Amino acid sequence: MFGLLKKSVDQAPARPWAERLRAGLARTRGVLGTDLSALFKRRNVDEALFGELETALITADCGVEASAQLIAALRARARSERPADGAELKRMLKEELIALLAPLERALEPAHARPLVIMFAGVNGSGKTTSIGKLAKFFRSQGRSVLLAAGDTFRAAAREQLVAWGERNGVTVIAQASGDPGAVVYDAINAARARSIDVVLADTAGRLPTQLHLMEEIKKVKRVIAKLDPEAPHEVILVLDANIGQNALNQVKAFDAALGLTGLVLTKLDGTAKGGVVVAIAAQARSSLAQARSTSKRPLSLLFVGVGEGIDDLRPFSARDFVDALVE
Amino acid sequence: MQEALREVRVALLEADCALPVVKDFIAAVKEKALGEEVIGSLSPGQALVGVVHRELTRVMGEANAVLDLAVQPPAVILMAGLQGSGKTTTTGKLARWLIEQKKKPLLVSCDVYRPAAIEQLKSVAAQAGADFLPSDSSEKPLDIARRALEHARLRYYDVLLVDTAGRLAIDVAMMDEIRALHAALNPVETLFVVDAMQGQDAVNTARAFNQALALTGVVLTKLDGDARGGAALSVRQVTGKPIKFIGTGEKLNGLEPFYPERMAARMLGMGDIVSLVEEARKGVDQEKALELATKIRKGKGFDLEDFKQQVQQMRKMGGLSAMVDKLPAQLTQNINPAQLVDDKQIRRLEGIINSMTPAERARPELLKATRKRRVAAGAGVSVQEVNRLLGQFEQMQKMMKMMKGGNLAKMMRGMKGMMPR
Repeated sequence: MFGLLKKSVDQAPARPWAERLRAGLARTRGVLGTDLSALFKRRNVDEALFGELETALITADCGVEASAQLIAALRARARSERPADGAELKRMLKEELIALLAPLERALEPAHARPLVIMFAGVNGSGKTTSIGKLAKFFRSQGRSVLLAAGDTFRAAAREQLVAWGERNGVTVIAQASGDPGAVVYDAINAARARSIDVVLADTAGRLPTQLHLMEEIKKVKRVIAKLDPEAPHEVILVLDANIGQNALNQVKAFDAALGLTGLVLTKLDGTAKGGVVVAIAAQARSSLAQARSTSKRPLSLLFVGVGEGIDDLRPFSARDFVDALVE
Repeated sequence: MQEALREVRVALLEADCALPVVKDFIAAVKEKALGEEVIGSLSPGQALVGVVHRELTRVMGEANAVLDLAVQPPAVILMAGLQGSGKTTTTGKLARWLIEQKKKPLLVSCDVYRPAAIEQLKSVAAQAGADFLPSDSSEKPLDIARRALEHARLRYYDVLLVDTAGRLAIDVAMMDEIRALHAALNPVETLFVVDAMQGQDAVNTARAFNQALALTGVVLTKLDGDARGGAALSVRQVTGKPIKFIGTGEKLNGLEPFYPERMAARMLGMGDIVSLVEEARKGVDQEKALELATKIRKGKGFDLEDFKQQVQQMRKMGGLSAMVDKLPAQLTQNINPAQLVDDKQIRRLEGIINSMTPAERARPELLKATRKRRVAAGAGVSVQEVNRLLGQFEQMQKMMKMMKGGNLAKMMRGMKGMMPR
């Protein structure tokens, strides 16, 4: 059924990952980048330039507060370091952005547990199932065995969608005709143990944080997983759509409160949306960490970014590449 | 006023209205506000909020825009939008809505890309009780569309609903495809489905889709979330097309007409008080509410029996959380959703009250240690829980007194204390 698509994906020449992200973010750059480069080349550092920079950040969904913070930091640096021209100011903004986003980098290391259980959560339509399909491919290419758990027992045909991804990757999918998402995930982990599978990817139904009963339901899924292995789920990942604006902050907050998130996946970066909300998320994480410095809680990491429709287009996040592609 | 305008600007940006749209809007408001005489008891700031709200409402256009289906059947409705915006779910909701309007719709999916997308529409159609024309992912979308049109014509369907794959506005091949679909189907309605959570990019997407397809309307989805929905303004400004429906929830009855004044209030953080009142009207037994109101007005005691009814009615309205969603952000930001009573707790409260004698319900002060122990045993709870309920009841009693004064803000503050911890 998917032979046609599969072939075209397989035949695409393998490009290095940085180049791929760059290509994926080309449109992003097209909107934010051209603006910025025109800005920077144009003239000396003056008040209007800061204003326009702030505008560019807001237009990229970085949020009013984070943008203001970044510009304030940039102003302070400009006062002491006296950049000669706009290009140097641009380098400083990039440094600020990289400093802000670098703590979000983390490589997913599946070696420490078997099976490594990764649970996915997110609002409706954020791209959970598609991301799981792509991640299955990612782990397969690392030579690890993967099992998918069709924990979205609610949405019409969500199960079939995951099964199709399983077929594409030659990966087993554990699904039930209907019923309880906790039970499906429970079965899946048991099956993974029996077959000594390396990684279990558990899908869940999309839900909005305002639907309190559904938030309770997903907490239960996590509890069920922990029953089998107190260490599991080893990763709880929130899938965010790069198109989403400031509500992403609420989503992170609510899902973290319910589940204790360990990471994020940012999808759909290949459109014109800039995903700048990550900057807002990082800024908020930094200020809350500064407030409670003693807590051992590590900052939320951004594990993967989705930069295209192809099965290979979900890649580990690199702050430098992201910022380079964003501000060029 | 400069300061107040700045606040409005930040509020709109935080609601995800696109920056260029916000700039234009603020300029327009400034002009209007300067012309408006600021008189009466209102402060200039309050007057400004009034102007802003009115202007936002005006810009977002006519309420209750309905679908235009007055053509020779089948009237074709084409759905378009980004990936994950909610096209398929909305198609199902529209089918149900059309059936309620005594129309006979046929559903077909041209999404041959996303795995199981056709499958999804099939089961959504079954839920809606609408006919579904099977298609296969090996077919070309254009062939499916032509086949569906022919089928709908031959079988005398009133409406043909065509679901399409999600696509990026910059994907040239995919935009060409939907343009071809549009040309072949000649739809009477081309609806752009937008996620209410969408950020600044909404302007770019909406502009591109509008240029490619000549949209006739917009459906704003996922409004049951806590997004302030600034995308509504962006899309409306850029396309000039009416927002015809809003989507709330995944169930097929979650499709409502669009009311611009409510949306404006939501964007400004003023809360959806109008729909709260409507919701209350639906959920609450009018007679009992009236009885209660007169009781309060007469200054007679609000007793535990009334409290029980209140609690039950709250449950009918979808629980406190559903109510709180519709209140202004400023009032609710201090409420922790975890503190809200869920259904189970409401039933426990009822259980405790049911374990009391009528005399105790009318005069809660009768409840001393021994009686409390009896009630606790009767309801199968601890004495502490009985005490907590009595505490909540007292709060509620105070709140009722405030409600008499009609002070909603005070009432909300009171409500905060009422939530069991």
